[in-house]
Amino acid sequence: MARRDYSLLGPDAKRAVETGLAAAEWYHTEVPRKDMKALMQRSDGPAIRDTILWLGGMVLFAGIGIALWPSWWSAPFWLAYGVLYGSASDSRWHECSHGTAFKTPWMNDWVYNIASFMILRNPVTWRWSHARHHTDTYIVGRDPEIAIMRPPVFAKLVLNFFGILDAWNGWGRMLLNASGRLDPEEATFVPDSEKPKVVSVARIWVVIYAATIGLALWMGSILPLMVIGLPRLYGAWHHVMTGLLQHGGLADNVIDHRLNSRTVFMNPISRFIYWNMNYHVEHHMFPMVPYHALPKLHAMIKHDLPAPNRSIAEGFAEMWPALKRQLRYEDYFLKRELPPTARPYREDFHRSALGEAGATAAE
Amino acid sequence: MNQWIDACATDEIDEEDLIRFDHGGRTYAIYHSPEGKFYCTDGLCSHEQVHLADGLVMGHLIECPKHNGQFDYRTGEAKRAPVCVNLRTYPVKVEGGRILIEVA
Ligand code: FES
Repeated sequence: MARRDYSLLGPDAKRAVETGLAAAEWYHTEVPRKDMKALMQRSDGPAIRDTILWLGGMVLFAGIGIALWPSWWSAPFWLAYGVLYGSASDSRWHECSHGTAFKTPWMNDWVYNIASFMILRNPVTWRWSHARHHTDTYIVGRDPEIAIMRPPVFAKLVLNFFGILDAWNGWGRMLLNASGRLDPEEATFVPDSEKPKVVSVARIWVVIYAATIGLALWMGSILPLMVIGLPRLYGAWHHVMTGLLQHGGLADNVIDHRLNSRTVFMNPISRFIYWNMNYHVEHHMFPMVPYHALPKLHAMIKHDLPAPNRSIAEGFAEMWPALKRQLRYEDYFLKRELPPTARPYREDFHRSALGEAGATAAE
Repeated sequence: MNQWIDACATDEIDEEDLIRFDHGGRTYAIYHSPEGKFYCTDGLCSHEQVHLADGLVMGHLIECPKHNGQFDYRTGEAKRAPVCVNLRTYPVKVEGGRILIEVA
């Protein structure tokens, strides 16, 4: 395959539409309707509990951090606060964008807006971006949320552990949107009717940041920025660590989530921060299933999925060498073994969608 | 010309659920509301043409299985992004335990 062009306005985008890869029908494991209905049921309980823990934890850690400021003894509390602000917000943003976290719609929207602010993703733009990510997961030129492009740029990945490029980009977009404009790529997936909302939210954010910076200048201290803004940098590492595992080193331009997504078993703290998105194949196959029901869904369909990685470390040990190989062979990817109980990958599916080049890539 | 089509028996759709019904090259969704009434809409989501029959009925809403867009299936009104275009609805009547829908 020629070099990938990840632009949503470039030749790969056009090719994906022409070959039928865009908006294609994806593979699904069979689940009886009765079971799926039970899995999809919404409830407020788990998310209310987790939100109290999340926001309560932030108030507690920031409170102790402020009380101990500027002593170095405050550092561990800022680190804990930072992860809740700069990483747990990613999964809250994500789950609430699907509307599956809570049963009550206003609770979803409330948490969605708070989390969007923390993670620096315009809640209007990113709702559409994420819809596209689900339609065209890792289809080059179509998916605006490809975290690791090929060949991978390791410096970029490492910088993002500290939120550097990502957050910079987020602040840049915020200012652009606040000036009344949208990035041309954003404009490809945000409908015109929604564009004024993108601008209004960006303007509210600018006011909040301006107030925080003003307070910091008035106090002659970065303390206000330790609470708002900077934790998006110093607390980003956990969501980047888990996020890279979602699709890193796996196939692109295929229409079977078993080929392009990764499920990883994780410790309970990471699962709390990540809201069970470690069950990533399951989430992509059935985005209607709330985060708290994903372990049950996994148990029900694991006979049809590649074996999950047993830990974050194991996931990285599998992914990192594959990324390194992609530096030299852009088409390389990990094709994970299916258990004998699974329905095999549809090579023909990918051949018809991609042409001969895709058939070889999937082998 | 509009005609009434026999779609299915009333007991084929659980309460607060839906089924897919294909007829004349089109696909429809038939719903059983919590208060025991039946409704019919186009079967494909107006966002990206996904079958709504795999979605979830919550009260009077149908949630699309692909991106969680929602419609009020009684009126077809789009209720939650990313759906923006309303669904077409069709008249329904029940006769002798059968559900009939009026299609063009
Ligand atoms: S296809 Fe129905 S919400 Fe996108």
